[in-house]
Amino acid sequence: MTKDLVCIVCPVGCRLTIEKDDTAENGYRITGNTCKRGINYAIEEMTHPTRMVPTTVKIEQAFLKRLPVRTDRPIDKKLIFEAMKVINDFTCIAPIKMGDVLIENILGTEVNIIATRSMDKV
Amino acid sequence: MKKYDIVVIGGGPAGLAAAIEAKKEGIDQILVIERDRELGGILQQCIHNGFGLHVFKEELTGPEYAERFINELRSLGIDYVLDTMVLEITEDRTVHCVSSADGYRIIESQAVILAMGCRERTRGAIAIPGYRPAGVFNAGTAQRYMNMEGYMVGKKVVILGSGDIGLIMARRMTLEGAQVMAVAELMPFSGGLTRNIVQCLDDYDIPLLLSHTITKIEGKNRVEAVTVQAVDENLKPIEGTERVYECDTLLLSVGLIPENELSRSAGVAIDNATKGPIVNESMETSVEGIFACGNVVHVHDLVDFVTEESRRAGKAAAKYVKQEMATSMAILETKAQEGIGYIVPQRIRMENVGEQLPLLMRVRNVYHKAELSVKIDGVEVKRLKKAHLAPGEMERIDLPKALIEAHLGKYISVEVVKEA
Amino acid sequence: MFDIAIIGAGAIGTAIARVLSKYQLNTIILEKDNDVSGGTTKANSAIIHAGYDAPYDSNKGIFNVKGNAMFDEWCKDLDVPFKRIGSLVVAHNDEELETLKELKENGDRLGVPNLEIISGDKVKAMEPNLREDIIAALYAPSAGIIEPWELAIACAENAIENGVELRLNYDVKAIEQHEDHFRIFSDVEDVEAKLIINAAGVYADQLYKMVNENPEFSIHPRRGQYYLLDKEVGTFVNHVIFPTPTKLGKGTLVTPTVDGNILVGPDSEDLEECKKESVNTTYDRLAKVKELAIGITDKVPYGMNITTFAGLRAEPSTGDFIIEESSVVPGFINVAGIKSPGLSSAPAIAVYVGELVGTIMAGLVEKADYNPVRRPKLKFEHLSAEEKAALIKENPAYGRIICRCEMITEGEIVDAIHRSAGGRTVNGIKRRVRPGAGRCQGGFCGPRVMEILARELKCDMEDVLQENKGSYVLSGHTKA
Repeated sequence: MTKDLVCIVCPVGCRLTIEKDDTAENGYRITGNTCKRGINYAIEEMTHPTRMVPTTVKIEQAFLKRLPVRTDRPIDKKLIFEAMKVINDFTCIAPIKMGDVLIENILGTEVNIIATRSMDKV
Repeated sequence: MKKYDIVVIGGGPAGLAAAIEAKKEGIDQILVIERDRELGGILQQCIHNGFGLHVFKEELTGPEYAERFINELRSLGIDYVLDTMVLEITEDRTVHCVSSADGYRIIESQAVILAMGCRERTRGAIAIPGYRPAGVFNAGTAQRYMNMEGYMVGKKVVILGSGDIGLIMARRMTLEGAQVMAVAELMPFSGGLTRNIVQCLDDYDIPLLLSHTITKIEGKNRVEAVTVQAVDENLKPIEGTERVYECDTLLLSVGLIPENELSRSAGVAIDNATKGPIVNESMETSVEGIFACGNVVHVHDLVDFVTEESRRAGKAAAKYVKQEMATSMAILETKAQEGIGYIVPQRIRMENVGEQLPLLMRVRNVYHKAELSVKIDGVEVKRLKKAHLAPGEMERIDLPKALIEAHLGKYISVEVVKEA
Repeated sequence: MFDIAIIGAGAIGTAIARVLSKYQLNTIILEKDNDVSGGTTKANSAIIHAGYDAPYDSNKGIFNVKGNAMFDEWCKDLDVPFKRIGSLVVAHNDEELETLKELKENGDRLGVPNLEIISGDKVKAMEPNLREDIIAALYAPSAGIIEPWELAIACAENAIENGVELRLNYDVKAIEQHEDHFRIFSDVEDVEAKLIINAAGVYADQLYKMVNENPEFSIHPRRGQYYLLDKEVGTFVNHVIFPTPTKLGKGTLVTPTVDGNILVGPDSEDLEECKKESVNTTYDRLAKVKELAIGITDKVPYGMNITTFAGLRAEPSTGDFIIEESSVVPGFINVAGIKSPGLSSAPAIAVYVGELVGTIMAGLVEKADYNPVRRPKLKFEHLSAEEKAALIKENPAYGRIICRCEMITEGEIVDAIHRSAGGRTVNGIKRRVRPGAGRCQGGFCGPRVMEILARELKCDMEDVLQENKGSYVLSGHTKA
């Protein structure tokens, strides 16, 4: 079975073709990629697709009411909405530093939710 | 009156990179003027990832990308003012600005770098018929409400335009619990990055309706429905294809326009194709000592490219202040030919070109397996094979200085050659 | 008990309120919308016509010419932007030239000042962007341009400062006629008044029906659609340019606005009587406007369009303005069917209605402390550098620019909110001080205007409305 994919690892958006190939070391034959990450992406997309989740959390005592956050690595695609529920219930208090871990090991995935900017206390 | 070596108008990614680079080139008195309440510009609301792969070799979100530059600006001790609006720039590089904190200020500068960015095209610019209720937003405005102010702009959403902001907002609103019913795109292709179509629409089963537009907005007070209609090859709506979507919100992602009112006040010449200043190899405008970079010059699709261009502008402005800039009259021009919408820079003084001359451009259409042909005075000097060309993805060609000098002529042109 | 209830706070109702505020009367304005000027007044050609067009023996003709002459004083006292830029009616052939001569004769008879038929060459010199085949034009130097909504807002403010009460969101549901007064019902509290002045625009016939089952007139909406172009092309034309009129009306015009934009429109489309809220633009009709404007110029830079809109004109079955006390319902004064040139006629109509009220009430007494002058609005952009510096020192809110397209400061917005007929909505602020009226159409300043409104009105941003009830901008908080 051949599948066409668009690589989303970076904005270049390589058009990949992936085909099951038992003779290959990783079990697939992948073409169209311009870097190694495309190979990993294609295999992951076939086996267990993951996504980065950028969103916001509530913040108190800051000049804005929301703080931007993201997963520190891609999370299982199926868990995105469940993760959003946990993130939406969370509130942090300023000051926050960029990179601070706000929610650890969300849904037991070993993925953390980190702050993507600093925000001073007002 | 305070005097500076360089005044940078705008503290977004372009202004930050330009100021930092000029400082690194040994310029001491630099001032960045920002109209918003913090530095970082539009990056602060672009909380999605996808930034920094070229500049930092890692994938960052907008605020992370901005914060790295803001930290560097601060550590270099570069002056900046916030909540300050520039009212006017004169041809002799005097900057008039106001703020609540500092009142009316007149600042003299040896060089000015324009980095005001761009704004979104509106409903009016595309004249969508119907009522004028609440609930019609530019995608970027909605993004600010959601990501910074913490407000939902609606619950059932249709998006017109498949530019990147529209695609990103489709996912963003979905994640926050809204129902995004469809994204309609007038052209037969999307103006956004393909990866955004995958991870923002396909992932959430949001249909992308190519060659469709919105021909009616209903609702006297708040949007109640929009009519989506297919268009023919002349972009005219086709009768009988109307489909009504009941929704409370319409987001528009129908293009960005460089914001050049200030540039005009300084007498800077504007290119009709880019809607930004005509610039030379040093990112200098038609007015000596006034430079420009980033989305005020032409709309980029990646902030990394804005940074790269702005560093060149910052470096050049420093060179100008240090009086190291060659100001020869021997000027080559660039010409966008068949299939090319525009080329930046428009003018080239060879003395100031480094080893490579970067040419940035956009194609007018989607092409598969085409070639870009670079000519000097009509003689081909370079040909590049391209598997895929699209208006949504900026193309860059680096021309070796030696190659240009070997063919010294009056103009450099680029055209798309379709595969036979 | 009020002496007078004016129903409708458009250009006509507010002008009448201002005139009546001069006298010792207890007057109230009842308006169904959330702001004054929300109907026809906010969406029209924004022209003060010279007055040569309507027949010399019609109300339209008489009130237009009288009203036109009053605008200098009214606008000076009320601080309303108004410019007498003059108008041109252009002709392409001898037949049209004949019509121009008839118009001039009619205008001369009405006393329109300084009408002149000028040659095609002179037209070309005055307006280089018009069509080449224009052979002559009727030049009327007394025609002007104005912000119509600002006129109504200013009249309302001035009237309120002189003691008139304004009640918004007051939708009249029924009127009871008593021996010496009327009782007016809505979904809030009732209002009693001795006289009613019906200035309800396209709804004037429905309102009249509440007291008279067989009204002598009906009103149907006539819709007109417009393009508004960016200030960047604001000098495309320098006068109000009309085609030669036909039986269908004055035609599609091209004109600068007093704010420096270019306006192209309207078309003319008769709607059913019931469609009194159909202010939507339509694909076909917007195309029609372009087609109609070609008679004047084929160079309109539509690429610089910043918005389109539609307005409804109150077209009376009688064909002329109806300004009289009802013969069936004493004390009920109809000011109805005030279509074009209604705005141009407004001051003259108001003065006439004042006289009518005086007659009915057997004389009016002037207030000793009546002040015709409205407190001027500060326009930051128009100040000199020194004045700007001084103003910011005095009030730092004038140093914070909120709208960068139109250069509007926070100080101006805060003032507009707190004036007597202040703007309490996003569009209300846009009409008063113009943030959001420029090329970005509120893209950048929208969130900041919302923030200022919420702060000044002491509510959450999600409670701020764009216009009328139900026009919420934000649907709630994220993560709520």
